[in-house]
Amino acid sequence: MDKSVNKTNKFDILGSMNLRTKTLLAIGLSVFILVLVVIISFFIDPSSITTDWSVMNKPPSLEHLFGTDWMGRDMFTRTLKGLGLSVQIGFFASVLSSIIAVALAFLSSFNKYLDSFVSWLIDVFLSIPHLLLIVLISIALGGGAFGVLVGVAFTHWTSLARVLRAEIKRIKTSEFVTISEELGKSKFWIARKQILPLVFSQVIVGTILIFPHAIMHEASVTFLGFGLSPHEPAIGIILSESMKYLATGNWWLALFPGLSLLILVLLFDIAGENIKKMLDPASAND
Amino acid sequence: MELTAKNISFRYSSSSRRILKDVNISIDNKKILGLFGDSGSGKSSLCKILAGHINKYEGEVRLDGNEIPKGFNPVQLIYQHPEKVMNPKWKMHEVLGESWDVPDDLLEDFGIQKSWLNRWPAELSGGELQRFSVLRALNPKTKFLIADEMTTMLDAITQVQIFESVLKIVKERNMGLLVVSHDRNLMDIICDDVIYLDDINHV
Amino acid sequence: MNDLINVSNISISFTQYVKGLNQRELKVITDLTLDIKEGEIVAVLGSSGSGKSLLAHAILGILPHNANLSGTMMYKGEVLNSELKEKLRGDEIALIPQSVNFLDPLMKVSDQVIGECKDEAEEKEKRAKQRAIFEKYGLSEEVDDMYPFQLSGGMARRVLVSTALLSNPKLVIADEPTPGLDEKSVEETLNHLRQMAEDNVGVLLITHDIDAALKVANRIAIFYSGYVIEVANVDDFSGEGENLLHPYTKSLYNALPENGFNLTLGHQPLHGEIPSGCPYYDRCDHRLENCDKIRPNLISIDENKKVRCFKYER
Repeated sequence: MDKSVNKTNKFDILGSMNLRTKTLLAIGLSVFILVLVVIISFFIDPSSITTDWSVMNKPPSLEHLFGTDWMGRDMFTRTLKGLGLSVQIGFFASVLSSIIAVALAFLSSFNKYLDSFVSWLIDVFLSIPHLLLIVLISIALGGGAFGVLVGVAFTHWTSLARVLRAEIKRIKTSEFVTISEELGKSKFWIARKQILPLVFSQVIVGTILIFPHAIMHEASVTFLGFGLSPHEPAIGIILSESMKYLATGNWWLALFPGLSLLILVLLFDIAGENIKKMLDPASAND
Repeated sequence: MELTAKNISFRYSSSSRRILKDVNISIDNKKILGLFGDSGSGKSSLCKILAGHINKYEGEVRLDGNEIPKGFNPVQLIYQHPEKVMNPKWKMHEVLGESWDVPDDLLEDFGIQKSWLNRWPAELSGGELQRFSVLRALNPKTKFLIADEMTTMLDAITQVQIFESVLKIVKERNMGLLVVSHDRNLMDIICDDVIYLDDINHV
Repeated sequence: MNDLINVSNISISFTQYVKGLNQRELKVITDLTLDIKEGEIVAVLGSSGSGKSLLAHAILGILPHNANLSGTMMYKGEVLNSELKEKLRGDEIALIPQSVNFLDPLMKVSDQVIGECKDEAEEKEKRAKQRAIFEKYGLSEEVDDMYPFQLSGGMARRVLVSTALLSNPKLVIADEPTPGLDEKSVEETLNHLRQMAEDNVGVLLITHDIDAALKVANRIAIFYSGYVIEVANVDDFSGEGENLLHPYTKSLYNALPENGFNLTLGHQPLHGEIPSGCPYYDRCDHRLENCDKIRPNLISIDENKKVRCFKYER
């Protein structure tokens, strides 16, 4: 193997790497960019996005990469701040929905009444359109970051819960679980020691794959005006504000923030899919 | 010590064919009993009922006239496929540790090398895994061992090794042993008595 | 009898990740040499999980993509490369898989036995042929319209055998056809193999069941830690095994319940832990000077018999 590496072209670095290295590289790169966005957004001084009437409505330039808005604020800084906020809300929302999914999936494995209750709950949540439910929960909780976060978390656990429920069911019929029972182990012990390690990778991948959905939904709810308050520098707010100015030819107000959001979401998807590939035994040895 | 099954009848679901009907069987720790039968004749189902791996059946299983105690089951079952009875995310020392602390001399008796304890099940062969699954079942509280085609998937030499080790410990601890197999020659060598399942199964 | 397939010095290894990003080569089959003649049944006997099924996959050209194959295979004097494999697979070389799980559960039995057809004429011809083969194996007309779950174990096995035979194969590979079957069904399966051999088909029987191999095969190749350590005639497995050459084969034979159930200590080295010398070194009773340092080659004793042991080298 080592020989074959040496034989390949020195410049063909990508070609000479084995697939696992490439996968790790993809994961590392996307995670690095995401973390960078969050860190930078933390350190952005709020004073740098204050109103400056001298540079109103400037198109993109070297000084203002994404241009400026009608109040002279630098769009690049605003976008970064907004993305950082999106990632934070997305993170808490997807972790919260995974916790809900895991808890309900394990609950369903205890007896058949709980199982039908959980199935019913999944069906109920799936039958209501996501966006509508997020808006309702968000308004009920008084809007703001907390409302959106809970709204997104409560609507995104269903698919993971469904997968986990089926997986746990399968594991519970396996011989090693039966043997555990006959060795006198409790249901709780079996859930913790036998089942949890087997579904752990699925939980991790599931959480990461909820992430992009959570970010998109947060942005769209905010865009519609039911989410974060207009004072927050969120991407959804930026986009909805820019709509008013699109007609006057200020295209950069929507294009760059929108594109950044898209790239951010894609990065999460790449990271998630690659982690899935690593943890899946069927493709782990490629 | 006596393990008895009385009037056992069993079917997988109410719509499927009855596999066992009015089966009576009794195993004690004085003789090694063999159970012989064709494939699909219900040997494995009977074993699972005896060891509590199937709970929905008619009839009763008793240990010295009493109900099988809750918690640790003194009747332990060895399956044919050892790779299915181990959590793939557990190392071998965890697999054994789930049941009891196996002393070193017993590991040696069963031909288990210490280095194997730190391996995953996927890193060992079927013969090696089966040694672990037998040792796990040989908890000091185990009174009866049911070997359902225990060595069918293994080569002849490994078969001898595992049976020699099992017979030794069964004798030492005065345990009961039921050997289930389709190999008549094997039964003739190991068992004191052989029952043909079709003779006691009234389907 | 003409040689059907000659496999020489085949090695199969897998590239595996060990720790982190390091890959290593895991040899599963090393230096395997074997030949099958027309109308002959050759058994490859090895413990389950020893990787012997990979030989079948190598001949059919269906190894997983992280497997590396080296060595040469000749089919009727022609080099068996991947194009030829693809051409012969399912045609002149057919596989009888282990279990019914290889059948499509949602397709009628006759449809999947026939497979794809170019036009109606071909379908008609194939259907007639399928019916004839089913008849030969005692599968009545109602079986044609059944789904796999409706078949009994015995019927399913006969369907698998018929599927393999539909294309008039010259070489049939049977991968573990007997485990878990009772004596009657084993006998039935083995009879199918015998019948094929009578029709001048070469059969490669891959099994861990020594009884089955002894009943049906002409020659038996013994597989140990990825090496073929002996190829013996079936008649050599008689008496006290005095005609068997390799000490492992002898102990294997004498470990059978009907031959004394004799104990031999030790275990086969795992893949990746095989010593540099003879794989059987630590269990062998008559070690020679260099056995632990140099690996013996598979040497031919006569036209049919081979052994991998220094004792027989001249």
